[in-house]
Amino acid sequence: MKPLRDLRPEAAPGPLPLAVRGLSVAYGERLVVDGVDAVFAAGKMTAIVGPNGAGKSSLLKAALGIVPRVAGQALFFGQPLAAVRDRVAYVPQRAGVDWDFPARVIDVVAMGLYGQLGLFGRMRCQHMTQAMDCLGRVGLTDFARRQIGALSGGQQQRVFLARALAQRADLIVLDEPFAGVDAATEKALVGVLHGLRDTGCAVVAVHHDLATVPVWFDAVLLINRRCIAEGPVATAFSEANIARAYAAIPANHA
Amino acid sequence: MLDALLLQSGYNATLVTLGAMMLGVAAGVTGTFLYLRKRALMSDAMAHATLPGVGLAFLLMVAMGGDGRSLPGLLAGAGISALVGLGCVQFLTTRTRLPEDAAIGAVLSVFYGVGIVILTVIQALSIGRQAGLEAFLLGATAGMLWSDAMLIAAGGAISAGLVLLFRRPLLMVAFDPDYASVRGLLPGRADLMLMALVLAVTLTGLKVVGLILIVALLVIPAVAARMWSDRAGVVAAIAGGIGGAAGYGGAAMSASAPDLPTGPLIVLLAAAGFVVSILFGRARGVIPQALARARMRTRLAGPA
Repeated sequence: MKPLRDLRPEAAPGPLPLAVRGLSVAYGERLVVDGVDAVFAAGKMTAIVGPNGAGKSSLLKAALGIVPRVAGQALFFGQPLAAVRDRVAYVPQRAGVDWDFPARVIDVVAMGLYGQLGLFGRMRCQHMTQAMDCLGRVGLTDFARRQIGALSGGQQQRVFLARALAQRADLIVLDEPFAGVDAATEKALVGVLHGLRDTGCAVVAVHHDLATVPVWFDAVLLINRRCIAEGPVATAFSEANIARAYAAIPANHA
Repeated sequence: MLDALLLQSGYNATLVTLGAMMLGVAAGVTGTFLYLRKRALMSDAMAHATLPGVGLAFLLMVAMGGDGRSLPGLLAGAGISALVGLGCVQFLTTRTRLPEDAAIGAVLSVFYGVGIVILTVIQALSIGRQAGLEAFLLGATAGMLWSDAMLIAAGGAISAGLVLLFRRPLLMVAFDPDYASVRGLLPGRADLMLMALVLAVTLTGLKVVGLILIVALLVIPAVAARMWSDRAGVVAAIAGGIGGAAGYGGAAMSASAPDLPTGPLIVLLAAAGFVVSILFGRARGVIPQALARARMRTRLAGPA
């Protein structure tokens, strides 16, 4: 098995893992994301922060092509997503899937190997080892053969993270990874994410807890349908910017 | 009856029985993926939407001077009209935001109504040798041609094979469509593939089970199998087994009692498997779960 990230030039300033330009999303006649420009750097953990309905998840989903965008573009490592799918891992909201589905924990993690296996490739011993290894990194080795519905919310979130790890991506995009999980899980998840960041991976997470932004994250994107502020936490995450992001949305756009 | 079950009631009957078994396997396996994608009722809409096509294909073949009862011709008509029905459901759900269950209800009943009108007209016209089209409603294997049985067996085998081939994308889309789409497995395309396979099973089963009951053969083995396992692959395999057994048994019984329509017999056998599974299924069955609860109670009540 080849080492995890032997090919990544640490210092070389390659193309940005993710850059969105003028991205807009509308549901029916309602504009939920309005011309957002943002960049997400390698080796940084970036929080996307804003009030409910600010378009945080929609921004990511539109960038990833899950929901259609009405304007703008998203480039991953300087290319459209289709060209670099294996380098981009997505961790969706836990609430979005059917946990009653007949699958074991290890089966879900193994879905992350899809890029290696392709449509028809056979699951071999080495793939199983790889999946178990990822499960170990989130501390769930003993749960491999459990039915996914039998897990707690925090454990389910860790399974999703393990599936993303299996992909060995260098951009990982998480939608509310800490929603409804306990403090211990939160810490375990952050530990793994910091480990990824330290190897040069770009981590982008929709986040709702303002108090932990300065503790865990390096950079922040404050949005309220439009981009309010973007940059390192030290400068962009100021009282004034937070107040602007959480202020009432101008009525002419509603 | 015993003769039929042991495949000793003639070459043709044997072939028909094996064809029905193959159909049951395909329906069980395909139905599992349909049920996991939570679109089981789409198959009912498609099945009912085949009826106008059956009638129109018959009229067309008679008008062209043919027999009108050629199974491939009738199935081609049925397939086209089922696709139109599928298109109608898609149009209603995407363009009008009507919920899928309501759209299915509307399309299913309208197409079935149109189909019945066409069949009635055909009977009134008394053209060709129309007797036999009713068999598409409830299924009849009696007097089936050798070539028809081969068509059914081949259709079942091909559908089941394709589902097995594409099991991975179908499962990923069913479990987590957003994740699958980021990986490049577009849910729309996977659904199209699934619907095409369901259509293939529906057409294959039209003559054996009938369009009213084919939905049962797609749904019942799948939900019965779910009672036995928490792994999608195992569920699909067990569903194929239950469907195959029901198809085999139903066709064999119908061969020994030709007055009984084949469809209801097959469905009743599948339903028997369903009842057994609900009671005894290892993963979800009522009795194993009650036993587990009882064990837990004894453990908690015992000495600490």
